[in-house]
Amino acid sequence: MAAVTGALDLVRYFGRWGRRPAQHVLGNAGRFTYLLIDLARGLTEWRVYLPRMFTQATHIGYGSLFIVLLVAGFAGAVTSLQTGYQFTGALPLYYAGAVISESMILELGPVLTALILAGRIGARYAAELGTMRVTEQIDALESLGRSPITHLLLPRIIAGILVIPALTMFANATGILVGYLTAKGSLGLTYADFEYGARYFFRPLDLWYSLIKSYCFAGAVTLIPCYIGYNTQQGAEGVGRATTTAVVSASVTILLLDALTTKLLLGVK
Amino acid sequence: MIELQNISKRFLSNVVLDGVSLAVQDGETVALLGPSGVGKSVTLKMINGLLKPDSGDVIVDGLHVPKLKRHELALLRSRIGYVFQYGALFDSDTVAENIRLGITDEDQHRDVAYCAERVKECLRLVNLAPDVADKYPAELSGGMKKRVGIARAIAGKPKYLLYDEPTSGLDPVNADVIDGLIERLRDELAVTSVVVSHDVRGSFRVADRVALLWQAKIRAVGTAEEILASRDSAVQQFLERDLEMSLIQAEGNQERHGA
Repeated sequence: MAAVTGALDLVRYFGRWGRRPAQHVLGNAGRFTYLLIDLARGLTEWRVYLPRMFTQATHIGYGSLFIVLLVAGFAGAVTSLQTGYQFTGALPLYYAGAVISESMILELGPVLTALILAGRIGARYAAELGTMRVTEQIDALESLGRSPITHLLLPRIIAGILVIPALTMFANATGILVGYLTAKGSLGLTYADFEYGARYFFRPLDLWYSLIKSYCFAGAVTLIPCYIGYNTQQGAEGVGRATTTAVVSASVTILLLDALTTKLLLGVK
Repeated sequence: MIELQNISKRFLSNVVLDGVSLAVQDGETVALLGPSGVGKSVTLKMINGLLKPDSGDVIVDGLHVPKLKRHELALLRSRIGYVFQYGALFDSDTVAENIRLGITDEDQHRDVAYCAERVKECLRLVNLAPDVADKYPAELSGGMKKRVGIARAIAGKPKYLLYDEPTSGLDPVNADVIDGLIERLRDELAVTSVVVSHDVRGSFRVADRVALLWQAKIRAVGTAEEILASRDSAVQQFLERDLEMSLIQAEGNQERHGA
């Protein structure tokens, strides 16, 4: 009897221990689903979100261009140097062209851009919306009979979904260009060899894959921070926590989506 | 008319409101008094549907607020002006844009000339100069922010006005200015108002009736004279505490001026 009671206590203890995280996850999943439904409903009110969307797009697009290109340039240069270090003497030089361009298009361009923007745009969205929540600005919008979804969230999300893939394409091009210039300087690779290698292994699907991936990442970079910022609680500390959570969650989601899209789109077994 | 019928609300284990009932007649101004954390702002948020009661009903203009659908609630809110405790102005918008957001009729909101005129008129009503329109909230003092918050709340010509601690955080002079403003708006616009406050003197000045919220319940409702004459221990305790606070504040002011 004592053993049964003990076992029941143990079950109850672990049940209680596990209930909170489960409730937390289910609660967030429910709220996130409602947010998606509200966003879909709000799409018809284009007169409200379109002008604000252009302002947001300018802010995040123009404001992020420099850092995105800088990181892509360095990624291209380092890929080029490492390719030279590993391949010289073992493989024909034109392989470097293939490695640099394919690495940038398939992985480095989309992932690095998304991770940088998760920090830059994600933190900005979460902090802005979180501050608006704790200073009652979101309540004020609602009290005026206006929807925070169409006034605040949709402009930010649509702007991100339009701008991030464009930034990714710029990052791909910059990485390849800087990679070629570095290979030319350090390996003595000619443009003809570089172009030959790049074209030899290139398939149009690669570019589509890069673009599709960047759209998926754009969803993570915008939706998650907006959701977390919008649901911020407990003052300045809450805003800080929301910002950190938003960046971490968006970054982890990007890595998960990276693995998922690779598996689904490239059919890798 | 605003009617609270036996409303209750709790946050986790903390019971904030327990069977609160109150009726505010058309054109009347009622002040909801009580110490901090007693559920005054929660009550106000229930009136315009920002929060839902756990039980009971809130009826505004004959509509059952907790049961309203999203678009019905938005329509009702366009008839209710809400003045937030710290203004809740949109930081990235100018004063003019903030006030323009208060124009809830969509056709009027799109009419640029009408909006410019209405912004000017609202600024005049709250005693602010027209050049304030181009400033950002960060460039305004606390008192000015509150007045812009009031201007935004009246921009849509609401039937009801809800004030959440309109004088909190202000010095006595500015608090007096805001009280005067509430009085003037009450007389000029003939709106039905609920003023949430813990300032007894100000509440007695602006309200036709005062309700004291104490330990999650309404302990007394009546005119200023009726409240002052009340024998209820909670009412007396609250008034004594307010008197003490006023004396401490007055001494502090004297010391500051003396120094």
